[in-house]
Amino acid sequence: MTTPVLEARDVTMRFGGLTAVRSVDITVNSGEIVGLIGPNGAGKTTFFNCLTGLYVPTEGTVSFRGKVLPPKPHLVTQAGIARTFQNIRLFANMTVLENVLVGRHTRTKEGLWSALLRGPGFKKAEAESEAKAMELLEFVGLAGKREHLARNLPYGEQRKLEIARALASEPGLLLLDEPTAGMNPQETRATEELVFSIRDKGVAVLVIEHDMRFIFNLCDRVAVLVQGEKLVEGTSEVVQADERVVAAYLGEPFEGDPGEAEAAEVAAAEAAAGSGGAESAGTKGEAQ
Amino acid sequence: MTNTEKSPVLPLPAPLARPLAAAGAVVTIASAFMSWTWTSDFPGDLTVYGYPAGLQVITLVVAAVALVFLLAGYGVRGLARINPSGSDNTAALFALGTFVVVWFTVIAIAVDLGGLVNVDPGGFVAAVGALLLAVGALALPLDRRPAEPALRGTAALGRALRFLRLAKPAARPAAPSGAVADRLAITVGTALGLVVFTYGIGIDNDDSETFIGYAIAVGFAAWALVHAGLLDRYARISARHRGFAATLAFAAAAVFPFTQSDDHNANVGVNILIFATVALGLNIVVGLTGLLDLGYVAFLGVGAYAAALVSGSEYSPISGAQFPFWAAALTGMAASLAFGVLIGAPTLRLRGDYLAIVTLGFGEIFRIAVNSLDGDSGPNITRGPNGITQIPDLNIFGFNLGEPHQIAGFTLGRFANYMFLMLIVTAIVVLVYTRAADSRIGRSWIAIREDETAATAMGINGFRVKLIAFALGASLAGLAGAVMAHVNYSVNPQPYQFAGAAPPNSAFLLAAVVLGGMGTVSGPLLGASILYLVPEKLQFLQNYELLAFGIALVLLMRFRPEGIIADRRRKLEFHETDQLDVPAQKTLTDEPAATRAGA
Repeated sequence: MTTPVLEARDVTMRFGGLTAVRSVDITVNSGEIVGLIGPNGAGKTTFFNCLTGLYVPTEGTVSFRGKVLPPKPHLVTQAGIARTFQNIRLFANMTVLENVLVGRHTRTKEGLWSALLRGPGFKKAEAESEAKAMELLEFVGLAGKREHLARNLPYGEQRKLEIARALASEPGLLLLDEPTAGMNPQETRATEELVFSIRDKGVAVLVIEHDMRFIFNLCDRVAVLVQGEKLVEGTSEVVQADERVVAAYLGEPFEGDPGEAEAAEVAAAEAAAGSGGAESAGTKGEAQ
Repeated sequence: MTNTEKSPVLPLPAPLARPLAAAGAVVTIASAFMSWTWTSDFPGDLTVYGYPAGLQVITLVVAAVALVFLLAGYGVRGLARINPSGSDNTAALFALGTFVVVWFTVIAIAVDLGGLVNVDPGGFVAAVGALLLAVGALALPLDRRPAEPALRGTAALGRALRFLRLAKPAARPAAPSGAVADRLAITVGTALGLVVFTYGIGIDNDDSETFIGYAIAVGFAAWALVHAGLLDRYARISARHRGFAATLAFAAAAVFPFTQSDDHNANVGVNILIFATVALGLNIVVGLTGLLDLGYVAFLGVGAYAAALVSGSEYSPISGAQFPFWAAALTGMAASLAFGVLIGAPTLRLRGDYLAIVTLGFGEIFRIAVNSLDGDSGPNITRGPNGITQIPDLNIFGFNLGEPHQIAGFTLGRFANYMFLMLIVTAIVVLVYTRAADSRIGRSWIAIREDETAATAMGINGFRVKLIAFALGASLAGLAGAVMAHVNYSVNPQPYQFAGAAPPNSAFLLAAVVLGGMGTVSGPLLGASILYLVPEKLQFLQNYELLAFGIALVLLMRFRPEGIIADRRRKLEFHETDQLDVPAQKTLTDEPAATRAGA
């Protein structure tokens, strides 16, 4: 029996006159991996920021396990949503272990007084945190590098560390923002395995990604965001078959024969502008 | 790591170099027992035969150490231990130090007294001996960076350093040492530190020349010990026995008053301790949490004024109240804490430079407010520029800190008593700092410093955590202020400004933290000592002092941006090539190598 973990209802985010996200509904059930895809600038990260309290949505509500989330990032994490960032944001000058220990912040309570007095409770909590952190480092395969500075890790391991740090807050839902960006196929494959094993730990996952193979292998459901609006949501087959999705990524299929006059006009324009314009239009289409 | 080569700076026949240097050292040592000038007008009285004084003592010590390291190069048994790197760089740097000290002295005699005619034969002997020592030492096979084909856009200073091209020799693997040997090493190191520090503090305030010579000698010695690999080894050992090293350091500081016959130096000591303690408190705010506080000295002032008001002074508007010390200290802390929260609460919600501007403003407002609360332009609380004077001495458990006491045959004066009290306060602050830094709250401070957005996404309430750091820093300054009010008999608005010629002021406090090394414990303590002693001893600088500090700080930021004592993290941050866990890379520029030579 699946229960909804995250319910975003009618989330709208406006920056002045620009509507970055328009009435998006998303539900993530427990034990589910949900993908969020869309062309660049579709509002995926903005939507993530709305979910995690970095932005306060202009309209709509986000609720986690039935409770509406407060609009403060640290309270959202406290409630049980952890995230990674699109451009890695580790604590660069802290060690690998310390990074994960910071992630434990919400699950420990020792304040300044307990740190100064160093009672048995403090020592127990520190030892417990460290054991949990080491467990997570084992899980992502970084246990051997606990004393390294985060900034010295290779790129792929930094991504892993960010995931370990997020998991340290014992979340019910993990938001991954492009976890495989810049990875080679082997690393992507390893990340896929990692996300599956995170799901097996009982953590629901919502993932933004551009790598379609990764997304369609991984996700139970995929939502497509285009220009701030949710276009379609469903299983991989449904999404892949949807014409509007194809259109959003590859452009409208060419319909109808251009009239002779129009063709001549285009030819004249191209001759005037040289071949540069045509080429750049071509690469643009491919990139999308 | 940059590769090094073994080559002499000066091309002399190889077998000649070491004997020449050793002979030079012996001559220099002998010259220290001769008269260098005919008149005792020159500071330190260098006129007496057979009895070295002032700069002669410094010359003697540095030359003797250079000689010892030269002999170590001959493979004398037992001496290899003092030079773990086995490099002749150590001897060469001590030789250079001797040379600079001696020639500085001779030139200073000639300039001060008007002409070389004032230099006695001993002075010339010293100059020649030191020259031979330096020339011989520079002809030794030294660890150097290979010559670079082209020097592009280098400043004159860089060119001078490149002429030497001394490179820190690679460390040799250390033989495992027992706990007893380690503790012995720490004890010896601490004792040496105490002797050197005591000598520096004991130099008369008018003897600027002697202090400059002392500073040159200490600088070269530190450089040499880095090249010997001794400082690295010492740091490793004391990191292994941290509690022991800290206890011993405090013991050494407690021994200091016993070594002084004059209470004046204890006064300098207690003021250094106050300054250093406040700098350590500021380090929580600046070094750990990364909040730039430009008005920190105001919290010291709040603590001092609060303690003065309840001290029982007849000039305090509430002169009836005479709190015992613990209550006065708590009052000072509470007042500073309240102001810290008052300033922090509205501004810490913002990010970036707002806090710097607000604290700068608060610092000035505090000074102007206490200046104005004199009964004319406001209620009479602080007596304006006159301040609250005649603060009675503290009496703790029947022990009057104002009177000299006899302990084991030593007479300990008023300032020595206060120094012991201040040592306890410093120990408390060190304990608070280390314990807070190594805990959940300390990690969240560092996380905020590193990346506030990521930190809040990890569930850290940025505002709350920053406010705790700010309030803790403020209350520690308040505690130090409470002692300071009693040490100085009075409080007045004058010292609590943003920048001034003498510590404490906000700019000096910040400089002490940056100079010593942000995020460390010993860094701000060392930085504060230097920044207190230098203006005290070099009175002739006066108006140029701030200029000199500015230049010194710029040079520091260029050559050692992590400060004198590097935080483990910062060291890795600024010197990427020092990392062990990244493959060695050939750098395109010579920046890191030059930095190491400058360090």
